[in-house]
Amino acid sequence: MNQEEQVTVLGLWGSPFSKRVEMVLKLKGIPYEYNEEDVYGNKSPMLLKYNPIHKKDPVLVHNGRSIAESLVIVEYIEDTWKTSQTILPQDPYERAMARFWAKHVDEKVMVAMWKACWGPKSEREKETKEAYEGLKYLEKELGDRHFFGGETIGFVDIAADFIGYWLGIVQEASGVTIMTAEEFPNLQRRSKDFIGNDFIKEVLPPKQKIAALLKAQFGSVTSKLNVIKV
Amino acid sequence: MADEVILLDFWPSMFGMRTRIALEEKNVKFDYREQDLWNKSPILLEMNPVHNKIPVLIHNGKPVCESLIQVEYIDEVWPGVNPLLPSDPYQRAQAKFWGDYIDKKVYASARLTWGAKGEEQEAGKKEFIEILKTLESKLGDKIYFGGETFGYVDIALIGFYSWFEAYEKFGNFSIEAECPKLIAWGKRCAERESVAKSLPDSEKIIKFVPELKKRFGIE
Repeated sequence: MNQEEQVTVLGLWGSPFSKRVEMVLKLKGIPYEYNEEDVYGNKSPMLLKYNPIHKKDPVLVHNGRSIAESLVIVEYIEDTWKTSQTILPQDPYERAMARFWAKHVDEKVMVAMWKACWGPKSEREKETKEAYEGLKYLEKELGDRHFFGGETIGFVDIAADFIGYWLGIVQEASGVTIMTAEEFPNLQRRSKDFIGNDFIKEVLPPKQKIAALLKAQFGSVTSKLNVIKV
Repeated sequence: MADEVILLDFWPSMFGMRTRIALEEKNVKFDYREQDLWNKSPILLEMNPVHNKIPVLIHNGKPVCESLIQVEYIDEVWPGVNPLLPSDPYQRAQAKFWGDYIDKKVYASARLTWGAKGEEQEAGKKEFIEILKTLESKLGDKIYFGGETFGYVDIALIGFYSWFEAYEKFGNFSIEAECPKLIAWGKRCAERESVAKSLPDSEKIIKFVPELKKRFGIE
């Protein structure tokens, strides 16, 4: 392959943000090189060169140029490689909806979920409620469709990779259970199908490794709020 | 059938301004409906049930929420006139990166310049200027963030420009002294018809801030 055409992902093995990029590259059959970055420790010169603003993962390097922010990268991949596997719909309104729900996952659900599990104790009840409500909106939006993208994995599914895989591990490690099968049957079903997909499976980090990392970083904190009933 | 375009908005919102500008750039006729954020209307609650926030763009009865998503939507629905995003995927990704940066960074620190006191305010001012300087260096000597043409990143930031004098007054500092190129850029953008129509007078914002502080219970 032409050196210029080379696609490189600077990523973090356990990060759902990094994995979004790898998932899309796999789904679209785009070969790439992966560089593990020690984001919390020693940031490599490559990372600092290609993402000087945020100095974070993931970064995609293509044709010697870099793109940062996972969902911006996903859209770049979609725009650059026209393959039969499309991540975003064609219709402008559907695209706007996909972007809205992806943003909702990022800004409302993931942040609240994290804070509900590991945030300051005084905030946890409020954050748990917010995560629950955020998930409820997604549950309703998904409905009885296979994926947010319909029959195939789409933009919102990629954005919600955390919900599909990491969420379960985080709940177990933290003792905070917000998304139960009873209250969220649609999301639960989608999670199963999502991680069952061959391409997605290929990039998922090992469960035990993530659980061990979480326990090491945050300790095993058990919350009194075991199952939330709002 | 003619398009029906409604915008639920709040006049001082730098986010609402983005959508106003985008619609004006495309010469789209729209029905601007001022919202009372302390007494939210049924239509606002119905059209943005998740966040109950403005702006909400309602196109032929269907709502689109989140200002930058609206700008991109407007660009996709009315592609003929004044493209707002570059057609090249890499340039487009850069534009969206900076739009995201502006969204994540500018509002929070800007708010501290008038909404906080003492050390918190000083820290906010410092951070705000640093962020503006980053944006200013991204702008460089270009006319607009995208180069020759006015577009997405300019639209993402320009609403804040209408608040600059208020930040300076209540924060007691000068943005122009620190970021003269950015001020020059603001003035250039303000000359565009779409921007002139969409941004309120700085004076009006200055008069509004004390009222806003009262609403938020800030002295």
